[in-house]
Amino acid sequence: MTDSKYFTTTKKGEIFELKAELNSDKKEKKKEAVKKVIASMTVGKDVSALFPDVVNCMQTDNLELKKLVYLYLMNYAKSQPDMAIMAVNTFVKDCEDLNPLIRALAVRTMGCIRVDKITEYLCEPLRKCLKDEDPYVRKTAAVCVAKLHDINAQLVEDQGFLDTLKDLISDSNPMVVANAVAALSEIAESHPNSNLLDLNPQTINKLLTALNECTEWGQIFILDCLASYLPRDDRESQSICERVTPRLSHANSAVVLSAVKVLMKFMEMLPKDLDYYGTLLKKLAPPLVTLLSAEPELQYVALRNINLIVQKRPEILKHEMKVFFVKYNDPIYVKLEKLDIMIRLASQANIAQVLAELKEYATEVDVDFVRKAVRAIGRCAIKVEQSAERCVSTLLDLIQTKVNYVVQEAIVVIKDIFRKYPNKYESVIATLCENLDSLDEPEARAAMIWIVGEYAERIDNADELLESFLEGFHDESTQVQLQLLTAIVKLFLKKPTETQELVQQVLSLATQDSDNPDLRDRGYIYWRLLSTDPVAAKEVVLAEKPLISEETDLIEPTLLEELICHIGTLASVYHKPPSAFVEGSRGVQHKRLPPRAGSGESTESPDVGQSGPSEAPPAVIPSQGDLLGDLLNLDLAPPTATVPSVQPSMQMGAMDLLGGGLDSLLGGDIGGSPSMGAGLGAAPAAMPASLGGAPAVGGGLGDLFDLGGGVGMPTGSYVAPKTVWLLAMKAKGLEISGTFARRGGIIQMDLSLTNKAMSVMTDFAIQFNRNSFGLAPAGPLQVLTPLSPNQTIDVSLPLSTSGPVMKMEPLNNLQVAVKNNIDVFYFSCQYPLSLLFVEDGKMDRQVFLATWKDIPNDNEAQFQIKDIHLNSDVASNKLQGSNIFTIAKRTVEGQDMLYQSVKLTNGIWVLAEMRIQTGNPNYTWMCWRRPHVRECVSQNDSPVIS
Amino acid sequence: MIHSLFLINNAGDLFLEKHWKSVISRSICDYFFEAREKAVEPDNVPPVIRSPHHYLINIYREKIFFVSVIQTEVPPLFVIEFLHRVAETFQDYFGECSETTIKDNVVIVYELLEEMLDNGFPLATESNILKELIRPPTILRSMVNTITGSSNVGETLPTGQLSSIPWRRAGVKYTNNEAYFDVVEEIDAILDKSGTTVFAEIQGVIDACVKLSGMPDLSLSFMNPRLLDDVSFHPCVRYKRWESERVISFIPPDGNFQLMSYHISAQNLVAIPIYVKQNISFFETGSSGRLDITVGPKQTMGKTVECLVVTVHMPKVVLSANLNATQGTYNYDPVTKILLWDIGKLNPQKLPNLKGSLSLQSGAPKPEESPSLNIDLKIQQLAISGLKVNRLDMYGEKYKPFKGVKYVTKAGKFQVRT
Repeated sequence: MTDSKYFTTTKKGEIFELKAELNSDKKEKKKEAVKKVIASMTVGKDVSALFPDVVNCMQTDNLELKKLVYLYLMNYAKSQPDMAIMAVNTFVKDCEDLNPLIRALAVRTMGCIRVDKITEYLCEPLRKCLKDEDPYVRKTAAVCVAKLHDINAQLVEDQGFLDTLKDLISDSNPMVVANAVAALSEIAESHPNSNLLDLNPQTINKLLTALNECTEWGQIFILDCLASYLPRDDRESQSICERVTPRLSHANSAVVLSAVKVLMKFMEMLPKDLDYYGTLLKKLAPPLVTLLSAEPELQYVALRNINLIVQKRPEILKHEMKVFFVKYNDPIYVKLEKLDIMIRLASQANIAQVLAELKEYATEVDVDFVRKAVRAIGRCAIKVEQSAERCVSTLLDLIQTKVNYVVQEAIVVIKDIFRKYPNKYESVIATLCENLDSLDEPEARAAMIWIVGEYAERIDNADELLESFLEGFHDESTQVQLQLLTAIVKLFLKKPTETQELVQQVLSLATQDSDNPDLRDRGYIYWRLLSTDPVAAKEVVLAEKPLISEETDLIEPTLLEELICHIGTLASVYHKPPSAFVEGSRGVQHKRLPPRAGSGESTESPDVGQSGPSEAPPAVIPSQGDLLGDLLNLDLAPPTATVPSVQPSMQMGAMDLLGGGLDSLLGGDIGGSPSMGAGLGAAPAAMPASLGGAPAVGGGLGDLFDLGGGVGMPTGSYVAPKTVWLLAMKAKGLEISGTFARRGGIIQMDLSLTNKAMSVMTDFAIQFNRNSFGLAPAGPLQVLTPLSPNQTIDVSLPLSTSGPVMKMEPLNNLQVAVKNNIDVFYFSCQYPLSLLFVEDGKMDRQVFLATWKDIPNDNEAQFQIKDIHLNSDVASNKLQGSNIFTIAKRTVEGQDMLYQSVKLTNGIWVLAEMRIQTGNPNYTWMCWRRPHVRECVSQNDSPVIS
Repeated sequence: MIHSLFLINNAGDLFLEKHWKSVISRSICDYFFEAREKAVEPDNVPPVIRSPHHYLINIYREKIFFVSVIQTEVPPLFVIEFLHRVAETFQDYFGECSETTIKDNVVIVYELLEEMLDNGFPLATESNILKELIRPPTILRSMVNTITGSSNVGETLPTGQLSSIPWRRAGVKYTNNEAYFDVVEEIDAILDKSGTTVFAEIQGVIDACVKLSGMPDLSLSFMNPRLLDDVSFHPCVRYKRWESERVISFIPPDGNFQLMSYHISAQNLVAIPIYVKQNISFFETGSSGRLDITVGPKQTMGKTVECLVVTVHMPKVVLSANLNATQGTYNYDPVTKILLWDIGKLNPQKLPNLKGSLSLQSGAPKPEESPSLNIDLKIQQLAISGLKVNRLDMYGEKYKPFKGVKYVTKAGKFQVRT
């Protein structure tokens, strides 16, 4: 007597038979027939041919039969829209039924029928149901609005359903509130700027009340909605936190994680010295630990989120290392995540324990896991200096096991340890060399070759070792080939006498017998360097290497902040910005953590995070792979300025090589040294022009005045025209030009990306080096569509000033790295300082007066601006547009004196006095406190007035 | 929200699909199958799988993959929790959650799924509300239904659906009023070679079976509530009372439910009931090895350790085991490479021992990985953390219920390294 009988009819006339049964007079037979139809539907059989017959059964007072027919309708209405109209009458009638269950069922089903014609008829019944006396009907109707919106958004807006839905947030029944919130959130997703969920303290209060009484799912919706609210002050933030904390003890882990999200976000606003702040931190640990005792799938999602949380606030879980110890039966995806977090939590205090565990894992069965464990040991060594020695000896033990993949992984990480602690552990090189033959993976081979090349002077038979690799040069992967080339050149520079033949061999292999342009280019560069200036070659090839960062895979701080706002979502599982998860044109608002109370200015945020490694400067170097002596990238990237020993002139030279030299070289006869010289000579002529154009400020004054005269800018600050920052020939076809602007208090970087290459470019990303004012991208670079050849897109990148700070020379220099699917490119540009003038830069008159007097004379600078024909009022207005505020004005001896104040994003005030004589305004600049700001300000200010 | 659900068995057959919005072609599951193949073991399939336009979130329960499809940003935990709820509901309705029972009850399954989710939003997931909407199948009812033509679908709106206590229906009546609580504790532990505890914690739950008439209001108090600092409660528990008085006060759902779960991680509170002396070694030559395992009681609080089972995952090269057990039986499965030693009751006077030789694939090198021992055990009448229920009081109803509390301790993920 089970339902499996429904599957058994597979005779020829199955559909025919069902048709007859559906039209039977007997109710029982009808129902059985509908059940058979449903059963066929569930396994994916097409029973749409029965549509009219099934719809005929809809008029019934038997609820089960009705439900079954509805199930059928939802599945097939779309394929038979004309037929579906037949059902409308019954729906409308059912929406008036006395039984709320039937009313709700009807409105629910109608919403699921995705046929345009039907939706027209749906509006009236839906309107009634939204105001139904029974909360069960209202809550069902709320969801129906979201369904309808999905089918026909315009209709929903025209009919005013959105307002009705907003009213439901104040409903007396918590379940209705929860569903209204859920529906609004879903609708809001497709209208990023519509402000549908207009949250204010009153609605927040209603939500918090409903939170306590609604179902677990409703709680998730409400908590997610709360997380998008920005409390007015720390007190409100605390009171919300207090009312949310009980959710941490909920049995449903999704509720717990959503509550964690709200708390992590609002905590940002609480002053750190508040007792409650500490209490809250303590309360967060146990629920996170509990999530790890749940089913493995839940554990996985929890671990991905914990990974974010420990990066943001390591103090929460710093004592909980042990819960991340890997258990034998954990699924592999849980094991790998746990390992990652263990390393993040590793510190001097627990390193012994961690190492013992890692060593244990290195003897497990699962190869992926073992590899990662070995790598983890290396990462510990780099992260916790005190443990380095122990890590190295552990790695040596592992190498002794002679397990092939363990040895290879160990060698890869030992290379990194050498990089981090030079001249400390080189005694182990001999042991490493013993394992040379067993290495069959490119990464391990490359690492070993790097070690041999780097320490060629200490390895007696370095030439033999490298020569043995050279035999199969063409069968090696590019990584190994490049590494071998570099290593042999290093060897040659260290022991020139014995290795001349070897180096010639490798250079000819790389330049003449290879089809790989990277390899060829590098080969030529070495060749030319060696043949023209061996001393320079030495300086370039054996240059001191930049330090490798402690943790290679830390998430970039702005992204981390955004992800913290999205705890519990897919974005948090993939550690990618939420915009990457939205289909098509739908945009997403970037969420930022709220600023901490009491700081007032966003500029304080660099200090806020100093407690943890989360604020560690983002690695200057994009990834470890590139690091490994990848000379091309390093030397040709002047902005990174990480190669201290290389003189600027050297860099220029290197750039020239690529810029002009190589092109002509490749075009002409390859390999001939005379043409090399020609290439070298020709290049510098071309380069300075393009370089000179880059800084917007340098050339600034003249051009900008011209421009300013024509374009009147009544409001808003001055925007310089775009200049080319990155030349296509230096960036494999990507040309970037851009400028900076300040719009509505937001700093923006306007970029034009042009694809001058032959292939499509995708996957754009941008990163800034540390700079004087902590400028950092506030969101990812939004290049949604791939950039096809010869296409140009304009993008506006909002910037924040909460990035890490480092003084640059000149002060307003900004070093930028842009990545696309082809490579990473570096360029530097200069921003006008007026970009940093904030809107609230108007100083109180009294304060101004007092401060003015206190400025020491040597902080004062004078600057002349010529050829300006403006009277003082117009000038003052123009300056105000750029946030330079006139505090006072007086007239002395026919000169207008304007006293002005400017505030920079980092809180520095600049005070100025401006003297205007007709036809020749004379600016006297005085700056408070930071002398070096002064020069830049003076340079920058002139365009602003014009 | 949740778009579609596919049920797939271990052999890779898709045997049920349900769509809550528009229909998504089942070919979307190819991405799942790809991941499934890559993972080798069904347990290792990653829970979140990405396809160009959708995300597949899946769980693996009772040899069935519950694969849900989502299209927009949805909290994955929300989806996973919901899938668990689906599996639990099937278990609850059909006694077991298996491909056969689901196929046997496909119409009820479909009705259930329709009730549980509307447009991807959870609608009714509480078992007692669902049971009012769709009655579970019983032999008697299906007989009656066939004869009388009545259905298993409830005709009225469930009373609990909208009350502030959605987990309990009104008008419950029992002739015997009873409330039973099971305190179940599982020890998760990792012991290293020398027997030192690397890591240990207790996962505890209190399962309840409450069959009381009317609207009883219960409160449960403990002798030592201080043990509990990390707890998760069933939604029926009043959190404020717990925070202020450390009393669990609640109006219970009807029938079986999990009242609370807790977590004790303070190492000094976790007693390890047994010790294991083991020596598993492989010889450099001769393709053989030795195994010697002895189990003895450690901190058992005077109770007997029962149902003791030792499982050893052997390296792949181990072909067979020739052992001698002083107590219980052993079995080595050469396919899964699992050695299972079922000991039974642990006798402190005569410690069980398993000893003998292992034979390896000839010519194979000595295995590199060290096998790991997993222990299963059970101790009746003891909560290893020492947690004790003090009293259970009932308010709001006049009758006198039967009350009972049972304690049991089990091994959870209890692992001994070699």
